[in-house]
Amino acid sequence: MRSSEECEELPRLARRARRRLIKMHYESRIGHLGGNLSALDVLICLHHAVMSPEDHFILSKGHAAGALYVALWSRGLISEEELGTFHADGTRLAGHPVPGWSASIPVATGSLGHGLPVALGMALARKLNGEEGHVYCLTSDGEWQEGSMWEALIFWRHRQLRNVTVLVDLNGLQGFGSTREVASMEDLGRRIEGFGAEVVHVDGHDHRAITEAVREHPGAVVMLHTVKGKGVSFMENRMEWHYLPLSAEQYAVALRELESL
Amino acid sequence: MRTAFCSAMVELAAEERYFFLTGDLGFMALEPLREVLGDRFVNAGVAEQNMVSVAAGMARVGSKAWVYSIAPFCYARPFEQIRNDLCLNRLAVRLVGNGGGYAYGSMGATHHALEDYGVLLALPGMRAYIPAFDADVRATVRAVSGRTLPSYLRLGRTELEDELAVPSYAPWRRLQDGEAGVLIAVGPPAGGLWRALHERPVSDRPALWVVSELDETSFAPPLELLEAVSRAAKLVLVEEHVAQGSFGQRFLHFLALGGRRTPNLVHAHARGYPSGRYGSQSWHRHECGLDVPAILASL
Repeated sequence: MRSSEECEELPRLARRARRRLIKMHYESRIGHLGGNLSALDVLICLHHAVMSPEDHFILSKGHAAGALYVALWSRGLISEEELGTFHADGTRLAGHPVPGWSASIPVATGSLGHGLPVALGMALARKLNGEEGHVYCLTSDGEWQEGSMWEALIFWRHRQLRNVTVLVDLNGLQGFGSTREVASMEDLGRRIEGFGAEVVHVDGHDHRAITEAVREHPGAVVMLHTVKGKGVSFMENRMEWHYLPLSAEQYAVALRELESL
Repeated sequence: MRTAFCSAMVELAAEERYFFLTGDLGFMALEPLREVLGDRFVNAGVAEQNMVSVAAGMARVGSKAWVYSIAPFCYARPFEQIRNDLCLNRLAVRLVGNGGGYAYGSMGATHHALEDYGVLLALPGMRAYIPAFDADVRATVRAVSGRTLPSYLRLGRTELEDELAVPSYAPWRRLQDGEAGVLIAVGPPAGGLWRALHERPVSDRPALWVVSELDETSFAPPLELLEAVSRAAKLVLVEEHVAQGSFGQRFLHFLALGGRRTPNLVHAHARGYPSGRYGSQSWHRHECGLDVPAILASL
């Protein structure tokens, strides 16, 4: 764990990463911005203030790959040059993480409902092998409509694994509606709690709150109350920004807003 | 083969550390392994998608993991987990499907595995192992354990009462000489055919081969077999698997790409459930023309 003084730096790092994320998506004409902006703050917290070298992070909501790449860029783990290849022909930075090139991306993700059980396997093996290291896994909220998430939750609670922490990006919007409209999932935390998991609720854009919750509750499910499209007024809480790319005019407005943060 | 498999795994456990995950199956068969492995024997419950992904995670941090279930629950239910978590990530998890083909007989269609290796061999890095005899299982387990990419082991039932004459395990083996064509069987059906043919004079029986390993990239029949096929008047291919994605299709594709002659061909394969009725493994084989009398009649 890093010192709490470093938490003071997190808002500045997040602002810089947010601007770079918008630029990257604009230049590559790629959407999926809404769920990247909601997830960015927790990714900055994990990679700058929480994780140790022996820890692993799995992005189960693989469609937030852009936010992960930018978080790794902000740590110096992905170069500016490489970030410029996002989504381009011949890139390693695909729209969903691909395997085999970075220790910070342990497995390919993108199809929802895979990351959590993989994280549990890593954690169980480490526990039974007597090895150090914690596994962090970020899921979306819509992802909990996948049956494999509940299979994993049952397995996790039964095995009592404390070396895994799950973070849920609770932005309330999914691909074609709100989680409330699509599957009555607004009560997700209580449902997870019903399986015996410790559930902690935090503002998913408050860096200090996120960092403290994760540090103080290892082995918990941290519900991150987030805003889809966070930081760009015309994107916030708008479902269409799950998919849409930015026009030149929208990019200019978004950048102005982010500069003023 | 479950007993032979369990013995081989118990022996392996004395030499290396591995995790063994089962989807709540193995009653009256895997208890000795559970005893030996202790907390490394993981009953993952009735949740095969989770089980395969958990095994992927174990492999990702450098541990060896085996996954066991009835064959269709091992490859069909968690197919995307196999594709994404194992094959795309090139993680050497070892899948073990008990009851290949119609082995679960009158338990019904949901418990049959008629397209297992066809489906799995479409995935990058995957190799399928189909031992023919109990005596093959130990060597097969060793081969699977040594792989660095995902594997699928299809367990069936030996069809020989006495395995003393079985040649040592190899991916391709000639079980007997013959001058009346070439017969190649995938896995266990080779045993029943061997029993039926070995009393015949060499001039009146086909050369009998058994194949026990299938691979996406290194499909390499031995030269001796290819030469025999090139001279044969008839080629008979036998497998308890549907035609799509079958060994037969692969073998013919291999011959065609190599510009090799294809003899008169018989491909005996699983055909699903033509009558809509169900029975024992031998009953289903008979209905598909996969039983020994039907194959002998085709020679």
